[in-house]
Amino acid sequence: MTAPRDDGNWAQPVDRLSAAGVSGAPVDAVSGKRLSGPLQGFGQLWQKTFRVPLEGIELSPQEVIATWKASFPTFWPKDASFYAPLAGIAPGEVALLDVSPVPGAPVKLSTGILVVYADDESFTFMTPEGHMLSAWITFSAATEDGVTVAQAQALERTSDPFDELAYKLGGSRMNNRFWERTLENLARHLGMSEPAVETRIVCIDRHRQWRQARNVRHSATFRTMRLTLTAPIRKLTSRR
Amino acid sequence: MTTTTVDRAQVGEVAILRIAGDVTSASDAELTGGFGAALDAGARAVVLDFAAMEYMNSGGIGLLVTLLVRAQRAGARLLAIGLSDHYRQILSLTRLDEAIEILPDEAAAMAAVAR
Repeated sequence: MTAPRDDGNWAQPVDRLSAAGVSGAPVDAVSGKRLSGPLQGFGQLWQKTFRVPLEGIELSPQEVIATWKASFPTFWPKDASFYAPLAGIAPGEVALLDVSPVPGAPVKLSTGILVVYADDESFTFMTPEGHMLSAWITFSAATEDGVTVAQAQALERTSDPFDELAYKLGGSRMNNRFWERTLENLARHLGMSEPAVETRIVCIDRHRQWRQARNVRHSATFRTMRLTLTAPIRKLTSRR
Repeated sequence: MTTTTVDRAQVGEVAILRIAGDVTSASDAELTGGFGAALDAGARAVVLDFAAMEYMNSGGIGLLVTLLVRAQRAGARLLAIGLSDHYRQILSLTRLDEAIEILPDEAAAMAAVAR
């Protein structure tokens, strides 16, 4: 029996994540956590698609994805940090990240992702328990009418009721802007002077999954706030 | 890359969608169309037969999530048969196996629906 064509593109099943392959991140809020996709989340289910046609850029989809994978952290907006796996964006690798949960938040949310899928034209992240979003996000490139188009598409629910509240109070808009800026940065890096990102947002399921409300016990937002607020105390006690 | 074909058979309130070829985001029209037709025809359980599937990427998994949500909202069950070990692992990795009933073959699916 021959192996399926996608055999090497998927991560192996993993029960608990390990961030051992990441260096430089101040907080590891991912090791020991399980993955949590759109089915395990709490809030309404959204499909968000952000795309930028790379008009005038003579690069194939494969070349765009190779660049995106190789320099992924540099395309993120400046107020967020992505600590890439040492092995690069490859199936089964974990990355850590620090992002603001809501506009103007006093602390950054420390969480991460698992690369669940990667091939020459796309790669997909899935979030762990505790992340504000239970999601997977696919980054891809394709040729449309002779133009290479780069795209980020998220299928996401917020993870718990507090995350849903934050999402409604500006977190969703901030998240949209985050990916728009990421695509703008990618397009500029590839040579475009004025990239125009197209955004399409569709609600797939308006219902909230109340049976998942207990996800709050994993909340990276609460964990990060607790660690940040108690950091001075821990620093003092460690000197004694 | 090959295309997706979805053949639909319906026995009473059970619809079987036989999926062949590649399952990617480009399979949306075939899969969603077949699924919608099954629900419109009164299916209370939809069995996805993956025995002839040749390839699935993350876009294909995303489609399965949207089918699952639609099934839940319609009060229908979603079952999967004909999955190789490789694709069972992918459904386990993505935790879709917690919501889609995975069974070895059509007979087992029909028996599960009848219970």
